[in-house]
Amino acid sequence: MAIELLMPALSPTMTEGTLARWVKAEGEKVAIGDVIAEIETDKATMEVEAIEDGILGRILVPEGTHEIAVNTPIAIMVAEGETVPEAGAVKPQSSAPPSPVAQPETAPQGSAPASAPATTPAAPVGQAATGKRIVASPLAKRVASQKGLDLSRIKGTGPNGRIVRRDVDNAAAQGTAAPVTVAAVAEVPAPTSRTVPHSSMRKVIARRLSEAKSTIPHFYVSADVELDALLALRSQLNATSPDEGPDAFKLSVNDMLVKASAIALKRVPNVNASFTDQAMILHDNVDISIAVSIPDGLITPIVKHVDQKSLKQISQETKDLVKRARAGKLKPEEFQGGTFSISNMGMFGVRDFSAIINPPQAAILAIAAGKKQPVVKGNELAIATVMTVTLSVDHRVVDGAVAAEWLSAFRSVVESPLTLVL
Amino acid sequence: MSGTDFDIIIVGGGPGGYVAALRAAQLGLSAAVVEAKHLGGICLNWGCIPTKALLRASEINHLLHDLGTYGFSAEKVGFDFSKIIARSRAVSKQLSSGVAHLLKKAKIPVFEGFGKLDGVTGSKRKVLVTPEKGAPVTLTAKHVILATGARARVLPGLEADGKLIWSYREALVPDALPRRLLVIGSGAIGSEFASFYRNMGSEVTLVEVAPRILPVEDEEISALARKAFEKQGMRVLTSAKVGTLRKSDTDVTVPVEVNGKIEEFTVDRVISAVGIVGNVEKIGLEGTKIKTDRTHVVTDALCRTGEPGVYAIGDLAGAPWLAHKASHEAVMCVDAIAGKQVHPIDITKIPGCTYCRPQIASVGYTEARAKEAGYKVRVGKFPLLANGKALAMGEPDGLVKTVFDAQTGELLGAHMIGAEVTEMIQGYVIARTGELTEAELAETIFPHPTISESMHEAVLAAYDGALHF
Repeated sequence: MAIELLMPALSPTMTEGTLARWVKAEGEKVAIGDVIAEIETDKATMEVEAIEDGILGRILVPEGTHEIAVNTPIAIMVAEGETVPEAGAVKPQSSAPPSPVAQPETAPQGSAPASAPATTPAAPVGQAATGKRIVASPLAKRVASQKGLDLSRIKGTGPNGRIVRRDVDNAAAQGTAAPVTVAAVAEVPAPTSRTVPHSSMRKVIARRLSEAKSTIPHFYVSADVELDALLALRSQLNATSPDEGPDAFKLSVNDMLVKASAIALKRVPNVNASFTDQAMILHDNVDISIAVSIPDGLITPIVKHVDQKSLKQISQETKDLVKRARAGKLKPEEFQGGTFSISNMGMFGVRDFSAIINPPQAAILAIAAGKKQPVVKGNELAIATVMTVTLSVDHRVVDGAVAAEWLSAFRSVVESPLTLVL
Repeated sequence: MSGTDFDIIIVGGGPGGYVAALRAAQLGLSAAVVEAKHLGGICLNWGCIPTKALLRASEINHLLHDLGTYGFSAEKVGFDFSKIIARSRAVSKQLSSGVAHLLKKAKIPVFEGFGKLDGVTGSKRKVLVTPEKGAPVTLTAKHVILATGARARVLPGLEADGKLIWSYREALVPDALPRRLLVIGSGAIGSEFASFYRNMGSEVTLVEVAPRILPVEDEEISALARKAFEKQGMRVLTSAKVGTLRKSDTDVTVPVEVNGKIEEFTVDRVISAVGIVGNVEKIGLEGTKIKTDRTHVVTDALCRTGEPGVYAIGDLAGAPWLAHKASHEAVMCVDAIAGKQVHPIDITKIPGCTYCRPQIASVGYTEARAKEAGYKVRVGKFPLLANGKALAMGEPDGLVKTVFDAQTGELLGAHMIGAEVTEMIQGYVIARTGELTEAELAETIFPHPTISESMHEAVLAAYDGALHF
């Protein structure tokens, strides 16, 4: 029997996505587990797998379509020999879970985070119900779209909670449903500028960072850290790597700083925390989000349980995550969560910078370039490789002294790096 | 609970009251109905239903006199007027006993007598029931729904005397067909009686003080109705003032002033249909916080009066005076008492029907009222003359008119005149209640051949243009 394939919600925050590519063509046979299409969400590109055998009868949404709302029919699957019915005359897939790909194959290694509910980032207000079909009258839909209101944020008061015109009018009067779209582009484009429509990711970056910077009281603590001992240790460790083969490794400075951060978080656990209105959440796990720039924006893959992992493990995992992040192939659980972030711009030679906290985390470490510079040792002038790190902290969670304590712990690990291999 | 204590007492057994009782029983509440005279109220006994029975007869009479149009001939066509009246009464009686049966089946006691609020006892309200014969009974309940309805308004000088001057009540049970009849008031009641008597053969003059007949309808519909009435031989006077009546033993002379000119009509009977007033008297409102405004009980959107636990529904609670409004309020009111989520009635979603020939049906804003309300409108019209089924039926006179909000595509109103329109208006009411826009209506497939296709065409006419006109 023909079924409609619906736009899946591939992450809890996903409300819409882009149909990046049809892997199967119309009329092509599809077996369970075959990748049918690739969908680009706000954070990554993911594969949609077939949930039953059949034939991809008709593609309803062409490749490259942007802003397809979750649960929009994207294709019709039919059985072999069956004629393809018109869209709309078809039963939507009902037996299948909305996210065909996401969860499988990743039984998380190690123990599942005990405090998971508190540590996973809360879905933005009003988007909790995004997986559900919005029930609204045609008139309510039209008026909402004319007023630029987001129906998913409007509570319906009609029969069975249906959103009716008066709900939209009330929401407009109260300003409770923020506009979905910003009045687009200047009508007469200036000759010297170009208009680039926002990607899904750009919208998420804009929203999340605005929210973070405007709601979290940031403060910043910087310190200079000497890197020579760490660099020396790195050379020694890398020298032990086999030339090639699966065991080969090459530790980066960043890998070692990730581990150093984890140790500092263990020593000053109050920084490994989240603020909620009711209580402070202190995390047992040390899951570090690493900011990775990708062509379209940035993403923060997470190395989990960093405190329990060896430098080699951290290095290999990070490489894999970064590679897949740049390819847009991360799974939601690989970039959502985390208890602390690191942003490293050392490779660009920056002297220092401060970063915006990645909520609901309480701190982010901004790492600048290490540079040889004169330092005073005892009463002597000496040369050392020095980098400036800046910790951005949520003042609701961490006070100045604690932040300073953390930085001092971090510096002592980096400057006496043998701790990293203990 | 004793035999006199209930969750809800409903005073009045009309389409508001008995429906409230049935709904209460459905929801597991105990209810009692207090009714002074007829279960089913005016609607079943003296209004909607018996008039429809009469209008059916007049429609048949019209067809019998129009047989040639369809290729028939008949030697002698006649009727026994008393049998026509008797049939109308029989229909009412059948339905009234039907209501009694429904209430009995739902185990709802009916207390015969005149009910009135009679203070409180503890947390309960008392209702005193005074039967025509026998001792008064006091009932108690937490909630009392007043559904005592309305009656014909009486203007000085136009008091019904049961002989020469009739209200709707006398007009429903005449001894004989009056040769000459003057109807004062061209609302639904006046127009229906004018239509009935004209189609039965009386000479009928319809007098309206407003500038047009059926003044609540869309102007275009009013104009078409007038044209149709006049084509049937009815005399229609608008912007007309009735002077002092002069009665003889067998007839009445009515001076009617139009544009400063007075014309006198001598007729056998006059029907006064100048509106209705609520039955607010003697139901115990005095000394309570229940307010009245021009003979109607003031309520909020959920039918609550100023007195906690006392509700008013239907005609008693004000316009529009329609049985279906009363029944809907009844369900809403009881649901609210039972703690269910309810939606206040939007009167722009209540259809109104007039069963004259041609029939008239409408819902929502007229074109003029939509504009007054500040809407930029799109109007679509489709004449029944262009509808195949209407032609086949021999009923080509009529129009369907839609009024849309140009900005949102909301169906603001729909107005119809012609054959069977009272049976079709619900389509537009569903559209309006379900908040469909022109797009869904345009996409709806209407069956061919039906008169209802003209409803589709009237939607298309407001947008891309009708296909068949």
